[in-house]
Amino acid sequence: MTAVTDRQKLAYIAQQAADARVNVELETEGMTLNLGPQHPATHGTLRIVARLDGEQVISADPIMGYMHRGYEKLSEVRNYAQITTLVNRIDWLGSFANEVPFILAAERLMGVEAPPRAKWIRTILFEMARIANIGLFLGEMGLQVGAVSPTFYAFRDREFVLNQIEAVTGGRFHPNFDRIGGLKDDLPKGWIADTKAVMVRMAEFCDLMEDLLLGSEIFEARCRGIGVIPPDVALQYGLSGANLRASGIDWDLRRDANHGLLAYDDVEFKVYTHPDGDSFARFWVRLQEVREAIKIVEQLCDGLPSGSIQAKVPRIIKVPAGEAFVSTENPLGEMGYYIVSKGDLNPFRVKIRSASFNNVSIVPWLLRGVYVPDIITILGSLYFILGDIDR
Amino acid sequence: MIGLQLAYWQETILRIVIGLAALLGLTGAVVYLYLFKFVSFMQSRLGPMEAGPYGSLQLLAEVGKWLQKEDVFTERADRFVFAASPFVVILSTFMLFVVVPGGPGDEVAHMSNSLLYALAISAISVLGILMAGWSSANKYALLGGLRAAGQLVAYELPMILAVVGVVIQAGTLNLQEIVAAQSSGGIFGWGGIGNPYILTQFVGFIVFLIAMQAELTQTPFDMPVAESELVAGYMVEYTGIRFLVYFIAEFATAVGFSAIAATLFLGGWGLPESWGIGRGAMHVIGPLVVIVKAVLLTGVVFWVRFTFPRFREDQLQRLAWKFLIPISLANIVVTAVLKVVF
Repeated sequence: MTAVTDRQKLAYIAQQAADARVNVELETEGMTLNLGPQHPATHGTLRIVARLDGEQVISADPIMGYMHRGYEKLSEVRNYAQITTLVNRIDWLGSFANEVPFILAAERLMGVEAPPRAKWIRTILFEMARIANIGLFLGEMGLQVGAVSPTFYAFRDREFVLNQIEAVTGGRFHPNFDRIGGLKDDLPKGWIADTKAVMVRMAEFCDLMEDLLLGSEIFEARCRGIGVIPPDVALQYGLSGANLRASGIDWDLRRDANHGLLAYDDVEFKVYTHPDGDSFARFWVRLQEVREAIKIVEQLCDGLPSGSIQAKVPRIIKVPAGEAFVSTENPLGEMGYYIVSKGDLNPFRVKIRSASFNNVSIVPWLLRGVYVPDIITILGSLYFILGDIDR
Repeated sequence: MIGLQLAYWQETILRIVIGLAALLGLTGAVVYLYLFKFVSFMQSRLGPMEAGPYGSLQLLAEVGKWLQKEDVFTERADRFVFAASPFVVILSTFMLFVVVPGGPGDEVAHMSNSLLYALAISAISVLGILMAGWSSANKYALLGGLRAAGQLVAYELPMILAVVGVVIQAGTLNLQEIVAAQSSGGIFGWGGIGNPYILTQFVGFIVFLIAMQAELTQTPFDMPVAESELVAGYMVEYTGIRFLVYFIAEFATAVGFSAIAATLFLGGWGLPESWGIGRGAMHVIGPLVVIVKAVLLTGVVFWVRFTFPRFREDQLQRLAWKFLIPISLANIVVTAVLKVVF
């Protein structure tokens, strides 16, 4: 603190008072609207403090941490097998996808590689988690702009995917199925045929969502031109996943990185981008992403290699000292784990790079000047999961 | 009304009881039929199944639940206004019900210019909603109340203009006479189905339905209650019996407006005169006919409500002022010209 004389203090106060008087004369009183932490549009406990002028937002600050569970710290006191059950709960709609980058990072440290069959099953389950997650988004987005029915269709059809995931892993939401060097179990009998039937159904679901929402003029009026993120801003804020691709940046970790770690090199799929960068583009890109995921699952089911599902690893896993970072293209965007090991049973430090945290960081920039209903559209289309923000 | 000789006060009580019975009975039927079942089937679920056969007593259970709940007032609420506003809204709904004709000379309140009265009295609900929005001492309620006020005022106009076409064609502001004109009319001399005005005033009918949807604050025009952004808008602080009153008012107004629309455009209680049904029988058949028509139209309201996403407030105003009002004005001009020509 610098020393301030009383005179300076008084002058400062007088200045402030004069400013306040001018403000009172010229402006109407604004209103601070607290959206959340308990609010239907925030899928959890995100709080947004919006300063409003009428219905227009002057400034908006997301406040997070209401659901912080300290997974990074908890990971330090658990061994590697126990950590997968923690990280399941980060993005709770696509749980299996959370385990994969962690296991891949641990495998990289240990220098083991899963056998091909395990890799393929991992990829299948990864993509099914994506379908379950983004499929729900497609319906949820309808709810955000006021159409209730698509949400029910989304919940109904997601259930088929979850059933398939449950059939393999035993858990609908928290599979905890991935192991270092492979998987817990092989696929059950008849699973491939069932999954193919479910994929046909999910393709129909995508068509349904396209009819109900993309085809609706009202949806278009609500979403087109709302919450436009230019490509350079998207890059500056570190957006990833569909939010980035909707801004026209062709970047997908499934195609661009992790060659050999998962089975993406062996399948044909297209990465969709959209030049607009608005809420509509984000919805459209995600819809196409689900369609591509369905195709990936179908291709993987057709060409599943035979063989072991578990590489040789020691009974008690001690990861050699070192550091590794592996990130994958998760349903919400880039998710990565930075693991520092000192050669113990448990990691020395785990840093989780989750997609939603970065995706939400653009909210103050994006919400400036929009109307209150657009807050919901934009938050909905940015698509975050609270667990993924607050870890 | 009936052949009985009743004192004025007896007749008044009888009229109020009939009006309330119509309001509550129809509301209950519509809530069960559409909100519980129709919508559930649309959304691939069953809806309530436990209370009574096929969940038909669910509404009673809900009412019982609401009646038991604590009547919560927010700390800084304007208590009198807060407490009164649901009753203002349901009063406006009730007063709308009393002029809907249900048979030859059968209506709860006789009025010579009943259409004018119906359009005027339905606008009172805006006051109740504004009262709720302001007195709740809640920002969401305030936003919802102000949105509702802007929206209801904006959509009064297309609604009234849509009705003007009917008024020109029938040459009267009396709902009974409008019904009579439709059932006695004919299409180029053929009176087989009378002349329901939906045939000639289809533009007015569509505009009326859209404006009605907005007046009822149902999706796609439900921003005053938008559950995903304003949680429940002006109703957000209401609990227990006051919420129940709002709930009844919402659905009763839907039925009320549908009954007015059925009367104006679908021939109301009347059956074509060429069918030769006697006046006495119409006292019984008439109410059923108008109820069926009104309930079907309410079904359209809910069908739209659970199909479409919601507009934004400015888009809604644009729709009213730039689209609906010019169209209904053009409709009036065309109707007037054709009326003179034919």
